[in-house]
Order: sequence, then structure tokens, then C-alpha cells
Amino acid sequence: MSKTSPDTTTNDVAEILQQKFPDSIHPDDREGYSGIVVSPDSLVEVAQSIRDDFRYNLLTSLSYVDYIDEDFFEVVYHAYDTVKGGPALNFKARTPRSQATLPSLTGVWPSANLQEREAWDLMGIHFTGHPNLKRLLTWEGFEGHPLRKDWKEPFYEEDKKPFKSRWPEGRPDRAESRLPYGMNVQYPPGFTPDGWSPEGESALYDSLSTPMTGSGVDVQAIKTDQLVVNMGPQHPSTHGVFRMAVTLDGETITRLEPVVGYLHRNHEKIGERNTYLGNMPYTDRLDYICSMSNNLAYAMTIEKMMGQEVPERAELLRVLVVELTRIVNHFWLIGFLLNDLGAFFTPALYAILERELIVDLFEALTGSRMMCNYMRFGGVAYDLPPYIGGPAVKPGDKARHMDTMKFIKDLVYERLPRAIDQLDNFLTQNEVLVSRCKGVGILPPEAAVACGVTGPVLRASGVPYDIRRSDPYSIYNELDFDVAVRYNCDTYDRYLIRLDEIRQSLRILEQIIPGLEATEGQEYWAGKRGYNVRVPTGEHYGHADNPKGELGFYVVSDGTANPYRYHIRAPSLINITALEEMCRGLKVADSVVILGSLDIVLGELDR
Amino acid sequence: MSNEAVSLHNPDYPVPEELRHNIAITTLDRIYNWSRARSVWPMLFGLACCAIEMIATAAARYDPARFGMEVMRPSPRQADLMIIAGTVTKKMVPQIVRLYNQMSEPRYVIAMGACASGGGPFKEGYSVVDGIDKFIPVDVYIPGCPPTPQALLQGFITLHEKIEGQSITTVPWYRKGEGEAIPVPVLGPDLIDPRQTALIRNVASQPPDTSDAAQEPATD
Amino acid sequence: MYGLGIIKGLGITIKHFANTYVEDFKQGIKRYTAEDRFTARQGLEAQGLFTVQYPEEKIAVPERFRYIPFLVVNDDDHPDAPGQPWCTSCGICSKVCPPQCIWIVRSTDPETGRPKPEPQEFYIDIDICMNCGYCAEFCPFDAIKMDHDYEISSYDRTSAHIYDLQKLTKPLSYWRTIAPTRAEEERTAREAKEAAKAEKAKK
Repeated sequence: MSKTSPDTTTNDVAEILQQKFPDSIHPDDREGYSGIVVSPDSLVEVAQSIRDDFRYNLLTSLSYVDYIDEDFFEVVYHAYDTVKGGPALNFKARTPRSQATLPSLTGVWPSANLQEREAWDLMGIHFTGHPNLKRLLTWEGFEGHPLRKDWKEPFYEEDKKPFKSRWPEGRPDRAESRLPYGMNVQYPPGFTPDGWSPEGESALYDSLSTPMTGSGVDVQAIKTDQLVVNMGPQHPSTHGVFRMAVTLDGETITRLEPVVGYLHRNHEKIGERNTYLGNMPYTDRLDYICSMSNNLAYAMTIEKMMGQEVPERAELLRVLVVELTRIVNHFWLIGFLLNDLGAFFTPALYAILERELIVDLFEALTGSRMMCNYMRFGGVAYDLPPYIGGPAVKPGDKARHMDTMKFIKDLVYERLPRAIDQLDNFLTQNEVLVSRCKGVGILPPEAAVACGVTGPVLRASGVPYDIRRSDPYSIYNELDFDVAVRYNCDTYDRYLIRLDEIRQSLRILEQIIPGLEATEGQEYWAGKRGYNVRVPTGEHYGHADNPKGELGFYVVSDGTANPYRYHIRAPSLINITALEEMCRGLKVADSVVILGSLDIVLGELDR
Repeated sequence: MSNEAVSLHNPDYPVPEELRHNIAITTLDRIYNWSRARSVWPMLFGLACCAIEMIATAAARYDPARFGMEVMRPSPRQADLMIIAGTVTKKMVPQIVRLYNQMSEPRYVIAMGACASGGGPFKEGYSVVDGIDKFIPVDVYIPGCPPTPQALLQGFITLHEKIEGQSITTVPWYRKGEGEAIPVPVLGPDLIDPRQTALIRNVASQPPDTSDAAQEPATD
Repeated sequence: MYGLGIIKGLGITIKHFANTYVEDFKQGIKRYTAEDRFTARQGLEAQGLFTVQYPEEKIAVPERFRYIPFLVVNDDDHPDAPGQPWCTSCGICSKVCPPQCIWIVRSTDPETGRPKPEPQEFYIDIDICMNCGYCAEFCPFDAIKMDHDYEISSYDRTSAHIYDLQKLTKPLSYWRTIAPTRAEEERTAREAKEAAKAEKAKK
């Protein structure tokens, strides 16, 4: 067994792997690409070696690309080392388009589970050995695999934006007027709706109602039946349109299956048609509570590919808004976690109040409360406005006038610390919160890493893995902050770690403010500031530590103005891999709280 | 609201001068609508980004309790107003139609934001419904992506104006016979609207349009 | 101790409730009428009631606020060309628009058949527009701007939600009202550009 020394780099690992598996590994030497290509036959073996010998224990991202000209699909894996940190080990496997089959890696990393299902759903790659290879984001019976390059949607206009029909002869048409149905639908030739019955629901319930062995209850002996209960997609506690089907034994959960895709908005298909810059406002709508953080992750990915430098003031502004976003997100989460615990809306009101003040700043800075669209390649779109507020124009308008720097200082030094102390004071020792959360929903560190869980949820399981420290970006390595970590792995710790993270974010913000004052008037957007961004050929996986976990963008450029592939590694989706593990054996009411503490947002989960 | 049509005491009926301060005359319509418009209970039901702004509207700063709308009901049976707050996907639309059918009349629908109105920025995508009004009747459309809380409140006021313009003699929910439920769409190879079955059969029986099918896939 | 959480929770609610009246007592009616008090009521120092009494009072939106775009035209009292749109129909806005909701028909001179720098037709489908502001950001002529009017809900979308040239145009004075600082900055920038151009022409 080859052991790695502490200073082994990713390149060394790739070389050692090649020596170990000379026949099945070759480096990816296409221009702009990196990593190794593994032959499908030995993929599982190599993956095991990567996990066990080289300690890349966290498989974060599984991306898939349709290289239609070369006639193969490529699945790209990115594995990280949660102990040592550092960049990803990037390995790939290829399969011909006509017979797309690859071995499943769910046995090595359970985090591949949902991502492989997604790849099957959207690209039609069959993963042998996958325990539950069903469609994820679309539904059973859906025709085609939408992310294949030769698959066209009903409202298809052109492959690339900008569409030619918009200018100079742009007569508006509503896309539905082009189709006989008047709607965004299409059917395969010869399809007849008579006698069609949707198969997905019954298949789902059948798979769940098979008796479980090893649940500790002898179902036959006590002559009881297990009950399959559906929660969602319209349910007040599922934070959007999330749905889970749970098998209950009495009130105890024996199995749980998340059913997602109710907010699948084809970000990736649209992203491949859009220009690089055009994708920026779409990233706002991924995790719509944290649009700034999404902007940053995407902007950094493309900047890295372009080799674009970012001026200092822009970095400071970026960290300012991103950490404020983290605070917004955690306030929101704490408010709604209490909602799930039964304190209907009162704590949330106080949390939303603080959010309102922060979004006031965002609105004055960027023009929109939620969909900030603030970052650009090479900087940010605007500098800080002189004051917060605007002129009274409409009847009834009341103008506000608050100096921006003073507002930020008051917010960071006074208001937010006070608000977080208040939440801490009222909630942390609250007996309902303690008794409902302590010891509930245990996620052991090994399971968390195996399931690919990232972000505060992973850190609450005792794994101090924070991308801001392990693979530093922006100016985080110049900033002094601690990676918040908690060791009890339960829901209570997942609540506490949010408080810790808000305090650390405030600490970061306190260090940012002097810099903002010192760099006033400096450049905040370097580069050409053009709308037509050209990115050199190649691939890149960029990631950032978002409030919900690791948000990654895997972008493949073919040198044109539009990305060839635009894959989003959504933390919310991969975090729910661990949901069943956390809920099994607990009461059904606990699943609501556990889901609340996982902090999912559907815009990102379903994309 | 100082709007003439909205004010309750507006008799259109000659009241003697000496009685003006002692009696109020209103029509049955007006008092019926006045009370309805001030207790519209929305359904606690969010879809996407707009739901966050809807929740922000329901919080302390914008306080819909001032309009009698703070009681968000998670059950469609108790709700009067469905706010379609966000992108409607094909996978979600059967549930929405079912929820709408379960609401008791009088019921109202607000399409909040561009996505709910007409598909929004995601309209071109394959799994998005291009406007919820293809399936259920919408009373008020609020443009914006997302509409700010103040825009949503203005949408509420617009809805109140609509409610106040209705007449008890013509409203559909007092007519004889049962109202017809909207057929719930089915998830097939694509979303199937049961009302379009005949059309789908017709189109499918025609030979496929070769000009579209022969299109070359993207190569550059 | 059981019940302490409830007492603490009720305590904060009562405190918040009472604060409103304490503030009312201290400031009197001015709390709701004086202009500067609104900033205090809606800022970081807010005590007690935080509610904006929409529609009687509305939070004025900041200058950078983005909603539906509009096209800038000359004011009616412009000496040379009142009502002349600034748009040259160069098509940049329709190219950068991420959801592609802008349609432009370029004008052509009826005699020469050559394109003229003004739009013949201009449409924005506000059911697609995502309010991202790229059109305004990248317009080289300051001709398209993001409107601040968010009170545009309607009963019908089929006829009302594709904005045409007539519905989109608003005079420059309107832009000066809703965004005075930015309009002034843009004017200075334009004048500097003109001056530079004239300087170059002289040489």
C-alpha cells in the first residue's frame, strides 16, 4: 500500500495512482483539462484506493458532460480530503453515448447516490449497482434525458443566446403560440393519452411498503402493518415543495425517501444556452436566500478560468455581502427551526426583522432585496452607495436617509450582536428546544462525510471542514476567524453552530470595515467590463463555502461565448442524502425538526 | 381607502338632510363584499423565490394583519386565497390544481411574480409551466421578479377592489348545481392536460414534422 | 425550570409592544408625521412598532432599485426634439438580456432603405423579465433604465404584459426624479464624453 506523506500534492497522487493502475488510468491531457481518466472496469477499485489510501474521503461533486462530437459521456468526480484540506482530486470516467453504462460508486461513497440518480435522469447514464436508480428531478415516464445535447425542449428556439429573432427584426411572440397545444409540452410521435396511467407513485409506495428486516421490530409477530405516509410537497414544514414518503411503524420512522424535483427549473439546460454573464442573475435564484454567496461562487469559477484578477476593494465588498448573507441565512434558519418546533412564527418574526435591515442595505447597494446580481467577473457591479434610502416620488412615499458606512458599522458592532445575544438568551435554554433537539437526529462524522454532507451540518458533526480554510478563496486567508465546530452531532448542535457561525461572521465583518474605509474610492471592477465574456477552452470546478454547504460550479468552456457545460453542485441536494440515516428510528414529528436543521432550500435542491 | 366605489356608506339613495348623521344606507352587495374583502385568508403555500418575499410580507414590517390577511391557513379548505408564489413546474401542477379544487368558494388566485404569471425567466425550460393561468383562473397578476413586499400588498389591494366589484346576484358560487372541478393534469411523457386529450391524439396521429426532427444538434 | 421559556418569550413580546407606546408618548404625533422620524422608525435604532403603514406610507425605494425597464425619451420642453427616444436600436440590451425578453425592430429610412438609429418597435415581455438590470447597465446611450414603479398588478396578462414602445417610454425628467444622483452622474459623464469627442475632432 502506498502511503501518502503530509505534503503529497494532488498531482503526486495522480502519478502514484497511475503507477498503481498503469492499465486503467491515463491523464486527461486535453488543453485546459486536468485530472485523470479511469477506465470504467476499474473505476470502483480506483475509487476505493482514492478513498482509503489517499484519504480523499469526501466525494463532493459528480458532474456529467455530453461530448456529442467525440461521442461519449464523461462523468467527472471531485474528491476532497476533509482532514488535510487542499484542492480536489479530479477523476473521470467515460462511456459511449449509445450504451451509457458506468459502475455505481454508491458503495464507496454514499454521497454519489442522489447525484447518480440525477445523472441517470438528466443524461441517461445507467449506473450498474445503484440501489435505487430512479428518476430524480423529472418523473418516472418522462420522455428523454434533457441534458443530452441533442434533446430539445418544447420551447426550443436556438442553441445559443442571444437569439437572432430578437433584433433587428424582433416581433414579440409568446413561445406557446408556436405549439399546437398552446403550452410548454411535447409528446413523442404516435403517443396517445388514452389509457395512460402514471407509474411513479405506485412504484414509490410499493418500494417503501416492503417489510423491513432488521428494524428491531418483528412485524409478523405482533401482527401489525407498516404505514406509508406522504409528506409534502405542499406542507408547511417542508420549507418549500420538498416531499418525503416515510414508512411508519406506529409512530416510528423505519424508512424515509425524499422525493424531489417539484421545483426543477432546468438551471443547467438554460445555463448552457446562456452567455457566461447571463448566468449570473440565474445563480441568484438557486439558493434564493443567499443570492450573494451564489454570485461569488460562480464569479470565482469563471474568473479562475479567465485568469481574471479582482481588485482589493471588490474582494472586501464581496466578503462584506457574503458574510452578511450568511447571517441572514442563519437568522432565517433559526427562526424557521423554531417554527418547526411549534413556536409558530414568533421567533421567525424577530429573525425576519434583522433580515429586513440587512436587505435594506442590499437593496440600496444592488437594487434588489433578494436577487442581488451583484458580482461581475473581475469585481462587483457597484460601489457602496453614499446613503441608504431614496427620494420620495410616489404619493405616500417616505424617504429615508442613512449614511451607508455608519449603517454598516452600527449593524455590525451594535445591532446584530445584540440580536444574536437576544436569540441566544431566549432560545438556547428554552426547554422545548432542548428537549426536542438534544440527542435527536444524530449524524456521526463518518456518516456525514460519507454522505457528502458539507457546511454547518458537517461541522456540527465534529468535522472542522470549511472551504474558507481548507481551500481558501477571496481574502479569507488574511482574515482571522475560527471554523465553528460542534461535536454532539445532534439537532441541538446544528442549532448552536449557526449561532457560532453568525458570531464568526461578525468577527470577519469587523475586520472588513477598516479595509472598506481605507479603500474608499478605489477601483471595484477590474477588467473590460464587457458583456461578451470569452473564456478559454477547458474545465474548472469552483466552489465556495455557502451558508448551506459547498456550492460548486463545474463549467466546461469550448471557447465560445456560452458555456458548453454548466453543472451546479447544490449543497441542499447532497445534504439530504443523510436524511434517512438521521431520521430512522425516531418519531415522525422529529423528522420535521431534523429537516429544518439540515437547512435545505428548494431552488437549489431541485435547480 | 378613499376610493368612492370602495367606501361602505355610499347609498345612491336620497337621504333626507336631517337624517344624514343618524342612518347609514348601504347595499347588501357592499356590506357583503366589504366584510369578505377584509378577511381574505391566504393559503400557507410557497413554491419558490417569491415565497420568501411572501413570508417577509407576512412578517412584522409589512404586516398583512392590517388587511385582515394574517391568518395563513395550511389547509386549502379554510383558505380563500391562493398565492402562487414562485415557479410552477410540471411536476407540481397536479398538486396545485388539486389544492385549488379543494378550496371552498369563493376562492381567489394571485399569480405572484413573473414565473407564476407566464413562466418568467425559466419559461424556455422543459419542466416549467408557462403560466398557472393555463390551468386555474387567476384573479390578479403581480409582475416583478420577485415582487417586493410592497408590490405584493398592492396586489392584495387590487384583489380587494375586485372583490368589492362583485355582485351577490351574479357570483358563480350561489348558482344552482355543483361547480365543476378542474381536471387534474397527469404526468405522462410530458404534462397531459385532460382537457387536451383529443388534441393530443389528433396531433400525434399526424406524421411527424420532419423539418424539426431533422435539425442538427449543436456542434460548435 | 419549566415555564421559564414561556415567561421569557412573553416578556420580549410585551416589551416590544410597550416600547411602541413609550415612543409614542415621548415623540408624540411627530413620530408618524415628521419626515426624519420615518428613518428612525425604519432604521437600526427602531424601537417598538416596525410596521410600514402601506399604502398610507410607503418606503421610498433607493435609486438603484430595479423593476421593469423603461426607455428614456427627451422631455416635452426639449428645444429640438421633444419626445425623441434616446434609444438607437443598437440591440445591446436585447443581446445581454439573460431570459431574452426584449424584442426590437430597427427603423429604416423609407427613402434610402438604410437603418436609422431609432427603434421602430420595442417590446418587453414583463412575464419573462427577471429585473436583473443588465439592459440598463450595458446600454451605451443611457437610453434604457430600470423603473421604480412596482405598483403594476393587473387583472389580465394576455393584453397588458407585453409592454410596447408607447408604454415603455418615459421622459428624462422622470428619471431625474426617481434617481437624481445617478442622472446627474450620467449627465456629467456624457458631457465629458462629448467634450472629449469635440477635442478630438478639433485636432
